[in-house]
Amino acid sequence: MSIDATDRRIIAATAGGLPLAPEPFTAVAEWLGLDEGEVRRRLVAMQASGVIRRIAVAPNHYALGMTANGMSVWDVDDATVDDLGPRVGALDFVSHCYRRPRARPGWPYNLFAMLHGASREEVEAKRRVVSDLLGPACRSHDILYSTRILKKTGLRLTGGA
Amino acid sequence: MRRAPLPEGTLDAMDRALLNGLQEGLPVTRRPFARIAADLGMTECDVIDRVARLREIGAITRFGPFYDAEAMGGAFCLCAMEVPAGQFEAVVTLVNAVPEVAHNYERAHRLNMWFVLACETPDGIAAAAERIERETVLTVLCFPKEKEFFIGFRVMA
Repeated sequence: MSIDATDRRIIAATAGGLPLAPEPFTAVAEWLGLDEGEVRRRLVAMQASGVIRRIAVAPNHYALGMTANGMSVWDVDDATVDDLGPRVGALDFVSHCYRRPRARPGWPYNLFAMLHGASREEVEAKRRVVSDLLGPACRSHDILYSTRILKKTGLRLTGGA
Repeated sequence: MRRAPLPEGTLDAMDRALLNGLQEGLPVTRRPFARIAADLGMTECDVIDRVARLREIGAITRFGPFYDAEAMGGAFCLCAMEVPAGQFEAVVTLVNAVPEVAHNYERAHRLNMWFVLACETPDGIAAAAERIERETVLTVLCFPKEKEFFIGFRVMA
């Protein structure tokens, strides 16, 4: 999954998004003094290697009515967590789903899933859906609601551009 | 970023079709909007104008490539702290001043501060966590991602 200096220039140029023009990749190519076909070839290659997850619209889920969310955490049997994790991630109200280490004592949870809904009640109902899906493999769970954003910066581009 | 729902009636059926379709991805062709327009029975110009408006009114936050920052060589870690109520604001100031802290949220839990460290290298994560422990005299719990099951979000508009 290696990217070179030209890839990094394309990444930096599109970090804020693509221009809304009939030929957006041509516009990027012109900014960088590259050929349009090369820009597209490199984007396709970066998609194939996983550097680019997708080229798409990011919906503002708050604007679209999904105003409530909670970080749900689950203590799932180690033997089955890797089978159950993708099934939780596939639920249409889950935006992120990861396995993380436990921090005992006090933190027995190894599966994290961000749940979204139109209201706190809806998020709680979705939490029950996850609980039913995990069944007896889950020993305990909790959900953490955010009460305040303390800091939010864009993730910086790193690694010697 | 807009954090309130759009007023009823802001989006018409075409806006919704575009929002749903464009979450799936944009074709990497010379004229990608023309392809989408053909699929939806619209003109290329109409697609571009509508996406611009959707961005203007805050229905979409971003349009373009989503990069996997880790794949580009960065290191990230979710961390949490149990901050005594009386010290909370002072600790916010100390933690937010650390440049590696990308996001920081207060959450209703015994572990009441959750932040993400973003560094150029994995060593940087440990160093930043240690710095925060030293400055706050509190324990930082690190929850690195061991396995990613899903990331992404579709909202049916």
